[in-house]
Amino acid sequence: MIKSLIRATAVLGTATLMATTAFAGDLVINFDDPNPGPKKGFETAVEKFKAANPDINVTVNITDREAHKTAIRNFLSADAPDITSWYPGNRMAPFVNAGLFEDVSDLWSSDANLSAKFEAIKPTMTIDGKQWGVPYTYYQWGIYYRKDIFDKMGISEPKTWAELIAASKKLKEGGVTPFTIGTKFLWTAAGVFDYLNLRTNGYDVHNQLTAGKIKYTDPRIRATFAKWKELVDMGAFVDNHATMSWQDAIAPFAKGEAAMYVMGNFSVDGYKNAGLKEDQIDYFPFPEITPGVPRAEEAPADAFFIPAKAKNKADARKFLAFIAQPEIQSEWNTTIGQLPPNSDAKVGDDKFIQQGFETVSTAAGLAQFFDRDAPAEMAKAGMEGFQEFMIKPDRLDAILKRLDKVQERVYK
Amino acid sequence: MSVTTSINASATSGTIDQRSWYAKNKLRVAPWLFLAPAMIFFIVYVVLPIFQSLWISFYEWDGLGEAKWVGIGNYVELIDDDRFYTSLYNNVLWLVLYMLAVPAGLFIALFLNQTVTGMRIYKSLFFFPFVISQVVVGLIFTWFYNPNFGIVGEIWKFFGAVPPSILGDENLVTYGIIFAGLWPQIAYCMILYLTGLNNVSPDQIEAGRLDNAKGWKMLWYVVLPQLKPATFIAIVVTVIGALRSFDMIAIMTQGGPYGTSNVLSYYMFETALSEYGFRMGYGSAIAAVLFFIMLFFISYFLWNMYQEEKVGR
Repeated sequence: MIKSLIRATAVLGTATLMATTAFAGDLVINFDDPNPGPKKGFETAVEKFKAANPDINVTVNITDREAHKTAIRNFLSADAPDITSWYPGNRMAPFVNAGLFEDVSDLWSSDANLSAKFEAIKPTMTIDGKQWGVPYTYYQWGIYYRKDIFDKMGISEPKTWAELIAASKKLKEGGVTPFTIGTKFLWTAAGVFDYLNLRTNGYDVHNQLTAGKIKYTDPRIRATFAKWKELVDMGAFVDNHATMSWQDAIAPFAKGEAAMYVMGNFSVDGYKNAGLKEDQIDYFPFPEITPGVPRAEEAPADAFFIPAKAKNKADARKFLAFIAQPEIQSEWNTTIGQLPPNSDAKVGDDKFIQQGFETVSTAAGLAQFFDRDAPAEMAKAGMEGFQEFMIKPDRLDAILKRLDKVQERVYK
Repeated sequence: MSVTTSINASATSGTIDQRSWYAKNKLRVAPWLFLAPAMIFFIVYVVLPIFQSLWISFYEWDGLGEAKWVGIGNYVELIDDDRFYTSLYNNVLWLVLYMLAVPAGLFIALFLNQTVTGMRIYKSLFFFPFVISQVVVGLIFTWFYNPNFGIVGEIWKFFGAVPPSILGDENLVTYGIIFAGLWPQIAYCMILYLTGLNNVSPDQIEAGRLDNAKGWKMLWYVVLPQLKPATFIAIVVTVIGALRSFDMIAIMTQGGPYGTSNVLSYYMFETALSEYGFRMGYGSAIAAVLFFIMLFFISYFLWNMYQEEKVGR
């Protein structure tokens, strides 16, 4: 009995061993978005890659985004796939510094697409002068608003801070909260802060702040918070935002209780699912605050990386070069309703993508996002500070001093 | 006692014992053999990780790269960390308020300890909150507390007041979560007391009646002393429940708003393992503090138990 059991386990063991042994031509890809749209975009690209490379046997693992964020630390050091999706900027820094991502600078200098058509996004893929991955999509941020409510109250898209304040006052008078937001998971507040900061001080200050070169108690950052305080003091944000996720915050927007939302383009799907019609919603870039500051935008990208421990790096490079092609990027991003990083790729004809492309392609600089530009620990402390400020604006001094303390420790 | 004497007896009675070592020491070895699997797992999965965590707490480590020795640096940082004190304070709050579950459970148990038709159904209904997962409890209460559509909001609006955002207000949030946690904990204490009440001797109640004891006096002097074992267990599980209050916080607020509802266990998770964390050393330092607090309580209870058993013998 026991003997047969041992034999059975031994057989099973060899079987799994054989299954995990990668043959040349096997390519394992880990992807992190099982939602229908992104999954379809990814799978279509993989199918095309298979058709173009029939000798490569592609295996795809799709996991949930949050699970992927935890799992990646394990699989990069233990059982690495050949390609994995991840985020650029400071989000890739821990893995780059730990030597877990493959340097793909060679691809960036030799590949026709990567060397010429990715100039705008190249800096965010770069650490220590080397490139570490290939982006397949990015998306714009800005203000999504209820066009029907704006029209009814006779408000036009604000172009300047004064117009935004005036529009907010008008909305308040009409019983509508100007902005909806859900800060339970903190990062939404960072979106507002980033825009206020980019418009008040510009792209360089954003970068210097997230790189730890400017203090939070700096007068320039205080100026940003002063603008924010104007909004908070007039009650421009929905109550109870601390208990809502960004999806929860769509409810007041859909019900017409709030008219604007500082968000990324991925949220459009959410508005439509909440029952809003295409012509009820529209988009405008975050208005100008300090005249003359070149307009920079938030445009986070998603990318693919080759783990340093990948078994089939040659074919992995083939795949990265394949997805950098303009046709592949056009189709993929039309499917998922986002923007292709390749400047030769065609942009979808959805009105939000068109406007987003217009906004982003004319921008003076592209920021990733507060929590991707700043190191994780700083980002967390900063975003908690933003949330606290939105609820208790009087504590600004204490918050900024605390952030300085964290900054001192994180960047030492 | 009898075991050792019999071994001694057999050893002295025979001239030279020819049996193998194992055969000679069978009775002494057997219990250890039976204990061995449990002990090995306990050592590998509980004892060693404790020391490992204490060791890591002296390093600065992101879980990937090189660990850097910082000595007591993490603990020095803890002393200067507002979030840590908030968490510690909330832990104390949890401990104190969670104790309400013990008397509340007792009174529900007394109330349910009657012979009425269908009593079993009522009992199981009262026990129900303990059966459902903490995650579900947390989610339900999150909806209750929602000022826009939750029951709390409706009640406030009925009286014409502006409903508070319980989970969004730094002064209310911890109380809100503790209240949600009490619901299943009371059920747990209740079931402990219900089983305890089954063992209350009717003779003593009878004797108390003859001596004219009733109401509170009967409860305090006759029933409660007999419930002492149940009370002891109820307090122990409540203390442990309060110290490891993690799931409720993770579901209801994630420690927010801005860290004001954190407790040590969640703060440890947040710094060591969450999306913006991966400060293994600092997380381990928090874990060490939590460990010593728990150690204090557990040793106190064990010591207490030991004393009682000594008296009992």
